[in-house]
Amino acid sequence: MSAETEDPDQPETGVRRRNLLFGGAAAGLGALAAAGTQLAGSGTVTATPAGALDANGSETVPFFGARQAGIGTDAQAHGVFIALDLRPGTTAQRIKALLKLLSDDAANLTQGKAALADTEGELALRPARLTVTFGFGPALVDAVAPRRRPSWLTDLPAFSVDRLVPEFSGGDLLLQICADDPLTVAHAQRMLLKDSRSFTTLRWVQTGFRRAYGTEKPGTTMRNLFGQVDGTTNPSPGTGSFEKVVYGNAQTQPWIENGTSLVIRRISMNLDKWDELDRPGREESVGRKLTNGAPLTGNNEHDEPDFTALNPVGFPIIAEFSHLHRARPEDQTQRIFRRAFNYDAAPASGAVSDSGLIFASYQADVKRQYVPIQRRLDELDLLNEWTTPVGSAVFAIPPGCEPGGFVGEQLFAA
Amino acid sequence: MSKKSFYPVLPVLAAAVLALAGCAQGGAPASSASAPVTQNAAALTISEPWVKAADSGMSAAFGTIRNTTDKEVTIVSASTPASPMVELHETVMDANGTMQMQAKQGGFVIPAKGELTLEPGGNHIMLMGLTKPALAGDEISFELKTSDGGTVDFTARGKDFTGANENYTAGESTPSGHDSSHDSMDHSHSESATPAPSK
Repeated sequence: MSAETEDPDQPETGVRRRNLLFGGAAAGLGALAAAGTQLAGSGTVTATPAGALDANGSETVPFFGARQAGIGTDAQAHGVFIALDLRPGTTAQRIKALLKLLSDDAANLTQGKAALADTEGELALRPARLTVTFGFGPALVDAVAPRRRPSWLTDLPAFSVDRLVPEFSGGDLLLQICADDPLTVAHAQRMLLKDSRSFTTLRWVQTGFRRAYGTEKPGTTMRNLFGQVDGTTNPSPGTGSFEKVVYGNAQTQPWIENGTSLVIRRISMNLDKWDELDRPGREESVGRKLTNGAPLTGNNEHDEPDFTALNPVGFPIIAEFSHLHRARPEDQTQRIFRRAFNYDAAPASGAVSDSGLIFASYQADVKRQYVPIQRRLDELDLLNEWTTPVGSAVFAIPPGCEPGGFVGEQLFAA
Repeated sequence: MSKKSFYPVLPVLAAAVLALAGCAQGGAPASSASAPVTQNAAALTISEPWVKAADSGMSAAFGTIRNTTDKEVTIVSASTPASPMVELHETVMDANGTMQMQAKQGGFVIPAKGELTLEPGGNHIMLMGLTKPALAGDEISFELKTSDGGTVDFTARGKDFTGANENYTAGESTPSGHDSSHDSMDHSHSESATPAPSK
């Protein structure tokens, strides 16, 4: 029997031996009862999920708090973004029931506990810094509290570089699920979708990754599949700059206190065309060195770029059409916080890759912060030669909640 | 989860004897899902209570009941506005080797300082006939009665759940529900606990 060889580490048990010898229904049922006992027993283990044996599986990120987790949280190795559409006619009361169910699931799963009615509860015992972050699309806010809908909660303006497909655009409810373990993410995804299915239909799923846990020092700027160091100028969580960019100030007011916004752009990266570009060309397109992300005028990643420095023939060393130059705002309110993940999907027939970036950008005000940057990149950015936005969605991120509450409860307050 | 617990289940499922996948519920301890519990005589607490969502017919409630006292406590009946007739059920193997649920004779006995897990494939509170759909996310109130006359109230949340499809055997059962409106019940032997899923 193949199961015997599949599991060489498993010590022989009476149950298994009996099953192997007789293999009949009765033996199977006896085995089932035994299995049930084991499972029931393992349920009690959930009381103390923290195990000393695992490297990082027991690490948790608090779910409850004034703000939702998964934004200022150091980006985990794996992230999935899921957009759901409300079923037609879903009332505010039913949306409330849904948000309560999902908040409860997230509160349990992120802390290493099985969700309520979790049929694979053992998978929850290794949270590995699991976070679940909820975002609301225009239709959800309109169904609950239309007057609370921020003006930027709508489709982004059309950009000339866009080649958007509906399979990766829009959505009424966003689930952002991140953890350092892909099995943990998959289980959380399954659990949350099971509890969503009578309220919503699945619109799109985007699965992404960074370096695995432990591969690099935490806080290392990620690399994308072009090999570029990607996100050097990101404000660091915990700094005043991050606070201002993500949660707003007088100039960039958030739509709700401790809330923010999320723009998700699926950026297809043409690796085959990128292959045709030599190394100097690659560095010139961005304005940074591939070795460590330093600006072409500097030595270290975080050196300030010198846009006035010229090469021997009199051209700027960091070209005006470079991504670095074009993305950098003169108006300091035009800053965003990026929390991107790479994607590497199954290629279409005849191709060898379908790769890119799930560009996730948090900012207090989409119109004042994100859109001006994207406008400049749309007008001119050499990197546009190799990148194409194929998906786009905007979500309002509500504040967090406290025990007994649920994410989004402020929208239901009278 | 180790394969040890996984492996023996497979031949049973393959034989399509019954669908007991629901018994794998993790059964985590109290969390934000814990129900507010009011109690007088009996010092019972109910954690993680939930009800299988269903449009009509039968459904069941699950959770973990803890006895915080030094004395054994027996739950003799349960009631809920969601169903006029409620039974306390256990799941046992019949002579053919098929798992069947049936009314628990004498009620649920919870040992001193012990607990009883109500879960798919095991003990549960059976709602014999829903008066209206029990939707995912609905908050459904219950009252448990103990043999010493005490009551315990709790609120369970509706959950979409496709397991908990054990066969039901009526007959030697002793219904414990209130105002048993038998006219609302038309189940017979081996009726499925829930409307058959369309496959």
